[in-house]
Amino acid sequence: MVLSPADKSNVKAAFGKIGGQADEYGAEALERMFVTYPQTKTYFPHFDLSKGSAQVKAHGKKVAAALVEAANHVDDIAGALSKLSDLHAQKLRVDPVNFKLLGQCFLVVVACHNPALLTPEVHASLDKFLCAVGTVLTAKYR
Amino acid sequence: MVHWSAEEKQLITGLWGRVNVEECGAEALARLLIVYPWTQRFFDNFGNLSSPTAILGNPRVRAHGGKVLTSFGEAIKNLDNLKGTYSKLSELHCDKLHVDPENFRLLGDILIIVLAAHFTKDFTPACQAAWQKLVGLVAHALARKYH
Repeated sequence: MVLSPADKSNVKAAFGKIGGQADEYGAEALERMFVTYPQTKTYFPHFDLSKGSAQVKAHGKKVAAALVEAANHVDDIAGALSKLSDLHAQKLRVDPVNFKLLGQCFLVVVACHNPALLTPEVHASLDKFLCAVGTVLTAKYR
Repeated sequence: MVHWSAEEKQLITGLWGRVNVEECGAEALARLLIVYPWTQRFFDNFGNLSSPTAILGNPRVRAHGGKVLTSFGEAIKNLDNLKGTYSKLSELHCDKLHVDPENFRLLGDILIIVLAAHFTKDFTPACQAAWQKLVGLVAHALARKYH
């Protein structure tokens, strides 16, 4: 699956519009993921996962920062996320299926907060982008 | 036997009462065909699917989307018997339509996003969870008679 020039442009523009709210979006995506797909909590036994958790907020910021970084280097997501890819392969080893779940929740957050942003075309581009990020993060698993 | 809490049932039926089934169904199906273009394989005879604009405006897509979501309405009236509700449709999708059940999961995910965009802050995490559970169970019920 390849990101077309239009996809890349849509992704950059979308993250431009999301701007400083990316941190909140990251935290809310995680919150929604934990509520909707409780099995994802198994990766965070060391976290306080209650509503408003500072740890979830902080982690959401990290997730958002990675997505923003990927969007800013959309021509070379693998390069931009190389260290994160190593981390996921060697240490975190989150099962690949979970990246789709977080991706779905991120799209829901965008839809809830900024429905006008999520035209069908942008929806398609963001979905592809999130898939690409997941693929990069699991690329070195085996 | 699926268990629905009273809260889950309320989150589902409460939201459903505010859904324009025709519009929402049309949009969900259109987005499925746009976001996951390989799903167009089932709709070769639907006419012009050549661009997002064409798909969104295609009257057959709109009508079929409405039909699909109307069927969801039946599920919501029968939350405790999804298997029974979808038994015949499951056979149809396997024997006549030859639809890979993965497509039901894809459509379910798209429907969630359409609802989120429509209801925005009312589409709380708890609401999303209840609806994600529903679409998962509907997909499962539709796949149940496959052989």
